[in-house]
Amino acid sequence: MNPDRGVLRKLKGLLGKMPMMLTCQEFEDFVLDYFEGTLTAKENAIFKMHLLVCTDCKRYLAAYKRSVELGQNLFKEPNSPVPDDMPEDLVQAILAAKESEPELGP
Amino acid sequence: MDDTENNPRDSTALEQAIREHGPAMLAVARRLLRNEEDARECVQDAYLRAFTKSDQFDGRSTFRTWLHRIVVNSALGLLRKRKRSAVQTLDGLLPEFDANGCRIEPMWQIDEPLEKVLENRLVRDTVHQSIDKLPDIYRIVLLLRDIEGYSTEEVAQLLDTNVAVVKTRLHRARAALKRLLEPLWTGGEI
Ligand SMILES: [Zn+2]
Repeated sequence: MNPDRGVLRKLKGLLGKMPMMLTCQEFEDFVLDYFEGTLTAKENAIFKMHLLVCTDCKRYLAAYKRSVELGQNLFKEPNSPVPDDMPEDLVQAILAAKESEPELGP
Repeated sequence: MDDTENNPRDSTALEQAIREHGPAMLAVARRLLRNEEDARECVQDAYLRAFTKSDQFDGRSTFRTWLHRIVVNSALGLLRKRKRSAVQTLDGLLPEFDANGCRIEPMWQIDEPLEKVLENRLVRDTVHQSIDKLPDIYRIVLLLRDIEGYSTEEVAQLLDTNVAVVKTRLHRARAALKRLLEPLWTGGEI
């Protein structure tokens, strides 16, 4: 890390102590609710304010969002890494199990 | 429900339900259990339960939604029984901050659109393996919420815990996944 970046961090740390300003660590606690849409208007304003002054959190948020999206879309056909099939022997096994235990208790 | 054509005790109805929903249900079980044998056991158990307790199907949801939940419950039961992953911590995978509370974040670039990125087999495999690497308590919440599409409240119900716990785990799971995926956009080794 170059020294400029160290000074910048220190300044940002101080900035986080001012009213209505968050440190990155405090910002972290808002991230989930931000995506859930459950921040209050005031929290949302504070959250956005931090994003304006902090490129690290801005990058973090973009990567977090991208990771969530990758997960959400990963198993959608046709690219899913998990096959979506039903082996015939499993079909028959279930039918046979049902036959042999027609009155399976609760 | 004894005199209807759709008598669930009828093996034709069962076979039809297996052929129609089985592939999707098996895929759910495979994702949750990461093991083919367990996944098959889970699906079989779920179908037997569904068709033994079909009187509990109240028609408030679709049959598929109801069956999906039974598969999830069955898988969770199997996971509890197996207790396979001993490691439950996310050491080294959570966000890092310096002494001033400032984030330590690597430089990276996310330019490509999501659809394009997902076409890349290496990316898909990496995401899949990274999800599988998460400790169960985080992995399950991420799967149920982000992939199976349950709400935070529903996940809390399924796991017999509260919403605050689910939210904390979900956030940590996502942050850890992001960390595991970093090599994809920092250009480092995967
Ligand atoms: Zn920040």
